[in-house]
Amino acid sequence: MTDATAQDKIAGPTPDTAIRDAERADGPMLAADGRPLKKSLASALRRQKIRALLLIAPLLIFIMFTFIIPIGQMLFRSVENQIVSETLPRTVAALDGYDSESGPPSGEVFAALTRDMVVAAELKNHTRLGSRLNYETTGLSSLFRQAGRGVDDIGEDYTDAFVDANEAWEEGETWVRLLANEGWIVASDEWAAREEAAGRGFDELPPRFVFADGVEEALPRTTEMYADFAAVLRTEDGDSPVDEEPWNIVYLSLYEDLAANPDAPAAFEGAEAELLAEAAEIAAGLEPFDYTAAFEEIDEDWLGEDVWGTIDAFSSDYTAGYFAASADRKLTPDGIQPVDEDQRVYGTLFLRTMLMSLGITVSCIALGYPVAWLLANLPLRTANVLMILVLLPFWTSLLVRTSAWKVLLQQQGVINDILVWLGLVSDSNRLIMINNQFGTIVAMTHILLPFMILPLYSVMKTIPPSYLRAAKSLGATNWTAFWRVYFPQSVPGIGAGSILVFILAIGYYITPEIVGGTKGVFISNRIAYHISTSLNWGLAAALGTILLALVLVLYWLYDRIVGIDNVKLGG
Amino acid sequence: MTAATTEPVTSRGESNLLGFSLPLVALLGAFLGFIAGNAAGWPLIGAIAGVVVGAGVTYLAGTSLREKRATGRWAVIGVCALLGLLVGGLGGLVGGAIVGAILGWVAYWLVRGDYRKGVPPYATAGQVLWHNAFLFICGLIFFFLIAPIMVVIPLSFNAEAFFTFTPEMLALDPEGYSLRHYRDFFSNSDWQLAMRNSLIIAPFATIIAVSLGTLAAIGLSQSHVPGRQAIMAILISPMIVPLIISATGMFFFYSAMGNWLEDNLGFSRELTGYIKVILAHAALGIPFVIITVTATLVGFDRSLTRASANLGAGPVKTFFSVQMPLILPGVISGGLFAFITSFDEVVVVLFVGAAAQKTLPWQMFIGLREQISPTILAVATILVTFSIILLTTVELLRRRSERLRGMSPG
Repeated sequence: MTDATAQDKIAGPTPDTAIRDAERADGPMLAADGRPLKKSLASALRRQKIRALLLIAPLLIFIMFTFIIPIGQMLFRSVENQIVSETLPRTVAALDGYDSESGPPSGEVFAALTRDMVVAAELKNHTRLGSRLNYETTGLSSLFRQAGRGVDDIGEDYTDAFVDANEAWEEGETWVRLLANEGWIVASDEWAAREEAAGRGFDELPPRFVFADGVEEALPRTTEMYADFAAVLRTEDGDSPVDEEPWNIVYLSLYEDLAANPDAPAAFEGAEAELLAEAAEIAAGLEPFDYTAAFEEIDEDWLGEDVWGTIDAFSSDYTAGYFAASADRKLTPDGIQPVDEDQRVYGTLFLRTMLMSLGITVSCIALGYPVAWLLANLPLRTANVLMILVLLPFWTSLLVRTSAWKVLLQQQGVINDILVWLGLVSDSNRLIMINNQFGTIVAMTHILLPFMILPLYSVMKTIPPSYLRAAKSLGATNWTAFWRVYFPQSVPGIGAGSILVFILAIGYYITPEIVGGTKGVFISNRIAYHISTSLNWGLAAALGTILLALVLVLYWLYDRIVGIDNVKLGG
Repeated sequence: MTAATTEPVTSRGESNLLGFSLPLVALLGAFLGFIAGNAAGWPLIGAIAGVVVGAGVTYLAGTSLREKRATGRWAVIGVCALLGLLVGGLGGLVGGAIVGAILGWVAYWLVRGDYRKGVPPYATAGQVLWHNAFLFICGLIFFFLIAPIMVVIPLSFNAEAFFTFTPEMLALDPEGYSLRHYRDFFSNSDWQLAMRNSLIIAPFATIIAVSLGTLAAIGLSQSHVPGRQAIMAILISPMIVPLIISATGMFFFYSAMGNWLEDNLGFSRELTGYIKVILAHAALGIPFVIITVTATLVGFDRSLTRASANLGAGPVKTFFSVQMPLILPGVISGGLFAFITSFDEVVVVLFVGAAAQKTLPWQMFIGLREQISPTILAVATILVTFSIILLTTVELLRRRSERLRGMSPG
């Protein structure tokens, strides 16, 4: 190797000096900049990888955000069930270890339920919970609505008893003086002054309520309820508890605290201690409240096993209940049970979706195979012209094709008119071809046929016609030559087309909705129904999850057979 | 080869006139005549007329008019059209002409032995029959593919608010046709809103899908991409996941996102509605862009970018002056796929959008499900025209792309 630039005066690394260095040194081969070649190549490769990833990153983030996360959230929603434990936290805690077979739960549980319901009714959450539980046991919706109205009055007698004894109990201010922290009272007064000054349009929330030291230990039940009362007042009405009379349940709680601990007033000082001591005396003369009886009065179903079994079964934060419902099962206190015979819809619907998709796939193969064969064996020019007849439906709006089939298949539609005109069918018994499974299968076969023809065509295009001729010249009959030589080579095309058509078919919604009637609808229509009409979103999510799992399995098969990279569009 | 001897074919490959072609055409004539006559009320007379015309034309085609195919076929069309006119007026004229054209074509096809054209000369009668039956079946399947789309077009000019052909239409009476459904489409505010929405949403979704998709496709086609399979699977997933599931997932997520946008960024309800639908449609269109652009990039010669870099162009300059012009056909057809995906999409917009974002397919869906109005057919016709234009564009682009790739070195 002659070194033409041996005498140059370039300072720093050049390819030549690098080669000379490499020849001289015993160490690793060096790159132009004097770094070891291996390292240099590795960093170049890393740069290339990073550049590729940077190009992909924006789209990946976009898809993650607009598609993958929504789907993931849907999957999560199919097991999520926080509504019970969020709306009825005390009840769920009290129900711990409850067995619904031993009859209605203890008074403790009803006491907890009363408190939860008072808060929920103020926040108007109880109807939402009622409709949620109504999906599991019918009748719960109205039960909750009634109870929401009824719980307001629970404890009214105790309120009256306290107020009769001392009118100060009626004043919000009395309660604040009794329970609130000094600092909070000052903050609240300042807030009230600001509100006064600002007049209308004042939207600052009052300060968060703070209890005085030691009050919470002395009156645990009262402070717990009062805290909820203050919080609801603050968030819902933007009001301070200073001017508001507490809920009846607060008075009832006060009675219970004083009855349980007559020494509670000792924790207070001054006027409040006297007031409380007076109250404790009244409390001593009152009977304990029977919560169970109160709910029985609202509706005796509250003592039923159904109600409590359902609340107990759905009290956890995550539930298999929606999946159980998707499989025509029911989550009951005794485990998962099948629902009544006449309420089983999803098994039939899944089966029907699968069978009809299979039927559509088979008809697509039957119709697509000859056409693909013809296209693959005609001269290119003719084939291209005929290909337009396949591609035009492919490019035409789905709604256009569906409306075309509605026009054709209706009882007063084009096909029936032609048949009547030809005298093949009498005017009085026109064929019923729409709003049943026949309509769905015909329309969807037409819509999905291009998806079968295109992959079949691309596979058949690669089968040399000389194979068939060779088989025949070796003595095979037409049928044997086709069945033993040509057909096996076209099987990958059939597989690709079938899986594509099947995946598309089981998720179809629009066409079955329009031409399917009641007998020809798919599982998708049920999902849409639960999203937009029955509002049982959890069940919709569970049905969607099952369908998605099914599709992913098929997709995996497709990947194994064809490969994702080989998806082709439009020939 | 015993079958060949029974084949009613003369030594020159032309069929036996009296023993083969004539009875067949007469039979076909009887069948068509029966149908036509049945419609007019005299099936038997129609069948007899059909036999006479069929036999006549075949005889003439086999003898005196043998070499004058055009004359013979026009003659039989004329005769049948005249018969039709006498029986059924203007509609009968067209029907008769169609019957005549069929009879004339079949007669010459049989008499001249054209039916053996596609098969080798040694084929047996059974093979010839099978070959022609196969072509006939394929013809029926093509008819099945295209007829439903075509039937919508004449119906959209119906003067009545019916979804079927009226007697006036069949009689080709100008009174039976009108543009009222088109007028309704262009004057009805619901349809106009839907059209406007479609034309707002689809282009924006396409722009997002194409710009992000092309970039990612270029990244994916680099030689070293870590986790290419997994990335590809994620990017293609919107096409694989059934629409109803995408729609369900998006419904939950996008309503929360919309509320967030309204509360925190102060967007109006209408704007967030459009943003939600556009983002959703862009996500659905992306797989199509990725697939078409990656397919184009497979044939792209990488040494061109290196040559460009060697000549001093920066990466941006290289992209826009070297790479982009070559992959442009793929990008445009990917864009058209994304556009049509958004333009045709119903399920997701039904779930994610509000009434203010009602698109054309949505309005059609409502129209089909609730108040059935023939305006849908006018819209359908416009959309079919639109898809023919799109299809032509895509085909031309594909050919151009193939030509370009064929020309590029390597």
